Amino acid sequence: MRFMMIVKGTKDSEAGTMPSQELLEAMLRYNEELAKAGVLLAADGLHASSQGIRISYPEPGGKPKVMDGPFTEAKEIIAGYTLIEVKSREEAIEWAMRMPDPHGYGEGQIELRQIIDATDLTQNPDTLAMEASIREQIERRKT
Amino acid sequence: MSDSSVLRTIDAIWRIESAKLIAGLARMVRDVGLAEDLAQDALVIALERWPATGIPDNPGAWLMTTAKRRAIDLLRRNKLRDQKYEEFGRGSDLYTENDMDLTMDGEVGDDLLRLIFTTCHPVLSQEARVALTLRLLGGLTTDEIAHAFLVAESTIAQRIVRAKRTLSAKRVDFEVPVGEELQDRLSTVLEVIYLMFNEGYSATSGGSWIRPLLCQEALRLGRILAEIAPAEPEVHGLVALMEIQSSRFKTRVNASGEPILLMDQNRALWDQLLIRRGLAALERARRLGRPLGPYALQAAISACHAQARLASETDWARIAALYEALSRVMPSPIVELNRAVAIAMAFGPAFGLQIVDELASEPSLKDYHLLPSVRGDFLVKLDRIDEARGEFERAASLTRNVRERELLLKRAAECSNQ
Repeated sequence: MRFMMIVKGTKDSEAGTMPSQELLEAMLRYNEELAKAGVLLAADGLHASSQGIRISYPEPGGKPKVMDGPFTEAKEIIAGYTLIEVKSREEAIEWAMRMPDPHGYGEGQIELRQIIDATDLTQNPDTLAMEASIREQIERRKT
Repeated sequence: MSDSSVLRTIDAIWRIESAKLIAGLARMVRDVGLAEDLAQDALVIALERWPATGIPDNPGAWLMTTAKRRAIDLLRRNKLRDQKYEEFGRGSDLYTENDMDLTMDGEVGDDLLRLIFTTCHPVLSQEARVALTLRLLGGLTTDEIAHAFLVAESTIAQRIVRAKRTLSAKRVDFEVPVGEELQDRLSTVLEVIYLMFNEGYSATSGGSWIRPLLCQEALRLGRILAEIAPAEPEVHGLVALMEIQSSRFKTRVNASGEPILLMDQNRALWDQLLIRRGLAALERARRLGRPLGPYALQAAISACHAQARLASETDWARIAALYEALSRVMPSPIVELNRAVAIAMAFGPAFGLQIVDELASEPSLKDYHLLPSVRGDFLVKLDRIDEARGEFERAASLTRNVRERELLLKRAAECSNQ
């Protein structure tokens, strides 16, 4: 099963302040440890939300509204994520506990979310049939 | 924390720490079986204590310290040869947390490498290598291994006990082979991992077509190996092959469990993350600058399929060239047959037929159903329907797979109707 370890944003990450050298090294070591255990799938840090764009649908059925960052409420903002593949929920928690405190100053917060298995979504026979017919149309148009 | 959640946490810690623990202990006591027993003893003590005391800050170091104490007790009791005892005593300042951090870098990797070369040692049977590797490096229980292979738990338990005894009796060194031996032994290790993967990917028996645990374990072992033996191109080649094949894990069978051929799979459902990882691993293999080996070449072929957004966009000419390269490093009639299919797709069935006809005299393919089946397919495309029917019938008589036979007989019947 896959989990996403989500590192929440802080005032510093939102201000674009780079983490300390010490923290960077600790993170690097941690990612190496994940890789050496064969559980790391992907890991990335994100730019501050001031460079982000938000697309919302305020009217049901209406046009999407595009809004430039920054967005308020740092705790609701994602600063980075790490994707791991593990055997159990407990293993995911254990790995998350070993991640260095991502921000310090009492602001560090990591959220663990399980990734939905694609087969959960695709086992529905109606969805499968619809998909098959769409695919057929695309292939036919191609040739 | 409730007792049951502590137990589940300990289970997770075991999964993360056990291989490193066993590998470190094996370096000290020079006996893989004994090392596992010591690690298990430490686990039992943890299971007794941690529900009451809580889980220590560095559980890996705690387990190592405890296991080492057991080792020292045991060695004293057994009054092993003075020299061995002394040697051991010297290196056995009990682990502190600093030790554990220190060893995370080079040393643990070396120990794990020694461990995998030992569990995949040629003195063991193929079956024993797989079971022992899953147990000692994967941290799986005998029960889990038995489930994955659809055999009784006692069978796996016995297999593991016997394997450990063999390693001990034959005095197998806990070392990474050097010089010329390294490449041979490395191929044995890669073979064990790929066998594990294939066993999970295309189950040869039993109800479920896919046994995911084995695939995941094989992939995890491959990824670990790529980190601890990064200079070996074939390690990255194997990882690339497994990553890309795994990307099709969910599209390989339909809802009723029947296999779906590569060309008919829904490419939108292929796991792009795994494809990307596979392509990156292949790139790592290439960047080492040595000629590509069998795994890397097979991965490159798999990558061609992965990169074609539609089946009709497949670069068959490149696949044919890669099969040719593969047949040079790993000559095999089966590879030739695959090359014939790629050639036929790229340049027309007549060219494919030429290669297949050259294979007709190959003794190892005499009873291989795919040869007449492929030949029949080419003949249909060339409008030689009567001959094609004969080939499909022959193929049907050779296959042992019921579904496949039905399909082949159906194709033969279609020839009669034309």
